Amino acid sequence: MTAFSGKRFMRSEGSLAVKIAAAAGLAFLLAPLAIIFVYAFTTEERSFVWPPPGLTLKWFGVTWDRPDVWAALMLSVRVAAVATILALVLGTLTAMAVSRSRFFGRDAVSLLVILPIALPGIITGIALRSAFATFDIPFSFWTIVVGHATFCIVVVYNNAVARLRRLSGSLVEASMDLGADSFQTFRHVVLPNVGTALLAGGMLAFALSFDEVIVTTFTAGQQQTLPLWMLEELIRPRQRPVTNVVAMAVVAVTFVPILLAFLLTGADEQTAATTK
Amino acid sequence: MSERPAVSLSRVSRHFGLTRAMDEVDLEIAEGEFFAMLGPSGSGKTTCLRVIAGFEQPTSGEVRIFGENATGVPPYRRNVNTVFQDYALFPHMNVADNVAYSLMLRKVPKAERARQAEEALEMVRLPGYGARRPAELSGGQRQRVALARAIINRPKVLLLDEPLGALDLKLRENMQEELKSLQRRLGITFVFVTHDQSEALSMADRIAVFNAGKVIQVGAPEEVYRRPASPFVADFVGSSNILPPDFVEAVAGEKRWASLRPEQVRVTEPGDANPRLVGRVTAQSYLGATTRFAVALDGIALHAIVPAGSFQPADDGRVAIAFDRSALHFMDGPA
Repeated sequence: MTAFSGKRFMRSEGSLAVKIAAAAGLAFLLAPLAIIFVYAFTTEERSFVWPPPGLTLKWFGVTWDRPDVWAALMLSVRVAAVATILALVLGTLTAMAVSRSRFFGRDAVSLLVILPIALPGIITGIALRSAFATFDIPFSFWTIVVGHATFCIVVVYNNAVARLRRLSGSLVEASMDLGADSFQTFRHVVLPNVGTALLAGGMLAFALSFDEVIVTTFTAGQQQTLPLWMLEELIRPRQRPVTNVVAMAVVAVTFVPILLAFLLTGADEQTAATTK
Repeated sequence: MSERPAVSLSRVSRHFGLTRAMDEVDLEIAEGEFFAMLGPSGSGKTTCLRVIAGFEQPTSGEVRIFGENATGVPPYRRNVNTVFQDYALFPHMNVADNVAYSLMLRKVPKAERARQAEEALEMVRLPGYGARRPAELSGGQRQRVALARAIINRPKVLLLDEPLGALDLKLRENMQEELKSLQRRLGITFVFVTHDQSEALSMADRIAVFNAGKVIQVGAPEEVYRRPASPFVADFVGSSNILPPDFVEAVAGEKRWASLRPEQVRVTEPGDANPRLVGRVTAQSYLGATTRFAVALDGIALHAIVPAGSFQPADDGRVAIAFDRSALHFMDGPA
């Protein structure tokens, strides 16, 4: 009995320390975020003073009426959407090629696909910029999309390849054996089994593209995506809290898909474990 | 053999890089036959099945199914269906949708699909299981679903990859009988792959024994068992004693390889027997109705199976063995 209660005591002691550490870690991560949110309501517009001299909701209205915010937001959404679709198609196809067939240099291809995410964004950016310059390609919507697709494909690919590995190869063969051609097999067997992984990968890709700065700096030219617009806003002290309002919107827009992706893959892992 | 065999392979090879998984295989499987492809792992039997199914294309040679050239024809255009070793049931569909998958592809109306799926499930004695998920079924039940799915279209040839491999012993015996009766009722040609010689002997009408990518012998179970074509077959099918040419020459006067069934070996007291046939018991195992002796003599190890209790060796283990000359089955080289 004493041994038992002693053990219990030790355990609760340990978990208390862990709780404190976790709380400190979370505070460290989230406190700056909270400060940004608070500044969205400040009455001081030229510089950020702590504590805020007063609180107001007027910056939401101001932000709403600023056409440059809308233009940047729409560009970001369009770029993220197109880059995600591109990544879904190319990432899935690459994953299927790598996981289903064995060919010479398969591992090398696999590594090359993942490389862009390991590479510093600044390298990717410079590489793309000099490539565009070499081939006389003017900056456009599509140059931004191409830049984003480099890392979006990786995210989709990683998700898809992990799921495809779990998918027994004989399922595909069984489908073909029963009369399905490649397209029908993809539609009726592969897609239902990798669907949630693709959705999760797609949402992550969207979120990554939406707040990308470094690569975009090199591939956007005069265009402004939302993160680039914010960066510029910080340099010019004019209606500063507008940036904070936009920041809150960005957090909301990127947090929701990441949370959903997390839930989707997590729930999935659980069902996979229970069916085993 | 009928005019038009169900499956015929002529000089079919399948190479993976330098590995010759199948090496110039000739095979004819008759219509309505229950045909076994037997061999150790890596002998090419599974590759052969996959070539017939269309998952693998032969490197050279020709595959014909009911006389039609099937070389290069993809699996979805062959009237051949497969029961996979891991069953390969679609995890996202219920049992009925799994069974009716091929009907769904052919756009058969829903009600008709459900009716045929239930009929196929009755065939494998799983009526009323349509609404369940594969994950809710036992291994034996999953296999029945895989069978129902493969026979719903009444293929001309049904291929089974190690159909009993994943089942426990009791289930395995039941399933053996059931597969046989299913085959008789459907009249479909069954081709199955196994590494278990007793399974092949008890189920098949004919057996092809594979080794190292080649077919060593094709014949009825009794023929393969009694008259193995080579020491490999003798060893693999029923663990025969394999006697090297020198030994055979000494005891039977003919310098050739020979096989000898353990149940045809008699074990006696070492009296005035031919000294070459006197040895020492190295192991003895009681098998219920019989006792199995391992005897070391003259550089070879010999197994004997005698009725239990019929003989007990002396303490020094010295015994004489005897067999009729007619029990020896002569054969060619060791391949």
